[in-house]
Amino acid sequence: MSKPAKNLVEMRGVKLVFAGKVVLESVDFTLPAREVLVIMGLSGSGKSTLLGILMGLLKPDSGSVLFDSQEVTKLSRSKLNAVRKRIGMVYQNAALISSMNVGENIALPLTELSDKSGDEIASIVDQKLELVGLADARTKLPSELSGGMQKRVSLARALALDPDLVLFDEPSAGLDPINSKIINDLIIHLRDEQKVASIVVTHEMESAFAVATRMAFLHEGKMILEGTPDTFKNSDNPDVIAFLSSYSAHLQTKE
Amino acid sequence: MIAKLGSSSIAFLQELSSLVGVVRETLSETMERVAARRAPFSMAHFFYQCHRVGAGSVPMVILLSVFVGLTMALLTGYQLQIFGIVTLVPAVVSVSFTREMGPLFTGIVLASRIGAAYTAELGAMTAGGEVDAIEGMGIGAHRYLLVPRLLSIFLLTPCLAVISVVSGMAGAAFISSVMLHLSYGFFLDQVMANLLTKDILAGVVKSFLFGGIIGVIACYKGLAVRGGAVGVGSATTSSVVTAISAVIACDSLCNIFMVVLFP
Repeated sequence: MSKPAKNLVEMRGVKLVFAGKVVLESVDFTLPAREVLVIMGLSGSGKSTLLGILMGLLKPDSGSVLFDSQEVTKLSRSKLNAVRKRIGMVYQNAALISSMNVGENIALPLTELSDKSGDEIASIVDQKLELVGLADARTKLPSELSGGMQKRVSLARALALDPDLVLFDEPSAGLDPINSKIINDLIIHLRDEQKVASIVVTHEMESAFAVATRMAFLHEGKMILEGTPDTFKNSDNPDVIAFLSSYSAHLQTKE
Repeated sequence: MIAKLGSSSIAFLQELSSLVGVVRETLSETMERVAARRAPFSMAHFFYQCHRVGAGSVPMVILLSVFVGLTMALLTGYQLQIFGIVTLVPAVVSVSFTREMGPLFTGIVLASRIGAAYTAELGAMTAGGEVDAIEGMGIGAHRYLLVPRLLSIFLLTPCLAVISVVSGMAGAAFISSVMLHLSYGFFLDQVMANLLTKDILAGVVKSFLFGGIIGVIACYKGLAVRGGAVGVGSATTSSVVTAISAVIACDSLCNIFMVVLFP
């Protein structure tokens, strides 16, 4: 694995227009290596679209998207695929291959993209399943798993190639508090123990403040605030205050 | 009226251009993979698809072909009996089944059985985000998903067409023996005497084309699905209708081409 640049991800002036509607407008942010950036915002603010652009699945109309100093928007397909190998993605709906069992899903990137032997792949699959606490689910089909378990398998698959960056699209959406905490703990484990950088897209404040080392707020296609969690707590931006106040109200209710 | 015709033509050309785009993408991903000295597709996937397309379709192809051969011999025989030339039945049935009916019926069976399955499963994968997930891993979704499917249907359609021809002629021989009083030996001798190499080649070449057309249309329609379960349903219907129409159109063009160039 090549040594990561100081800023693993850098987006500058990214603009995306879909069917005449501006989805993202001049979006800027950076992600230093080994940090967890949480991108927050209301539903439909363009958070998941940003991840699609970073993966090279969507092409912005203008702007620059750098991953480890490589301009993702201008890479040839083979170089883009090499970048994708270094990025793992946990999808909102898990997006596991429904016809493959859990072990085959996790082994898929290894069999297709690495030169590892069958035994090595089997051992990596066991190791990743152990990491996400699903060691006994190897032969189950995705349809036999709960939503939380599917997301953990999706994370195990994302980690199969030991990526430099993991993208989480709404990791706690639709999960009960226990499963939500399991996912948060896994993101923290990746950050603290495995030193893997992550971008987490969410609108769930509890998860956001639990895992973030940096935060960004996307509102109507614009990144209106970027900084540490403390920057957000002390922000006087009315949109950020309105967003965070719902979280504070929720905490007060719990107390 | 003219405006409607114009917009339909534009929509057709856009669809055709997207279909060509999918084929080009699949070929280029596969070539890149070969250039990187990696297997272009999984053999396990390829054999699984071969089993579905080939072994899975054999009973249906045999059943249809036997009945069509039987009906064709019976109706032709009754007409030819009027002119006292019922002995021509084996020649008529063998040539028409080898050049035309065998490949065409195989194409129709495969478009409805395998084409529909390809579109439905790729459509469900597209709607569920699985295709994007494969692409996002850097695997190359077109190559990974399409090559085993396209290759298996392309290679196995001619094999199934041969089975269809043999089954059709068996049905024809049976009814000729029972109803038209032509012995099995006479039927076989007439088939051997009248069937030419160019008839067999015409059938085989057409079968390869039909297999390719059905596979490409079915896969394209599956990857183009938008809108969840309803989208998968309408894409599957559209895939079967388009594939059957395209097979019949291709068959007519091939016939014109062969009659003009190889009379």
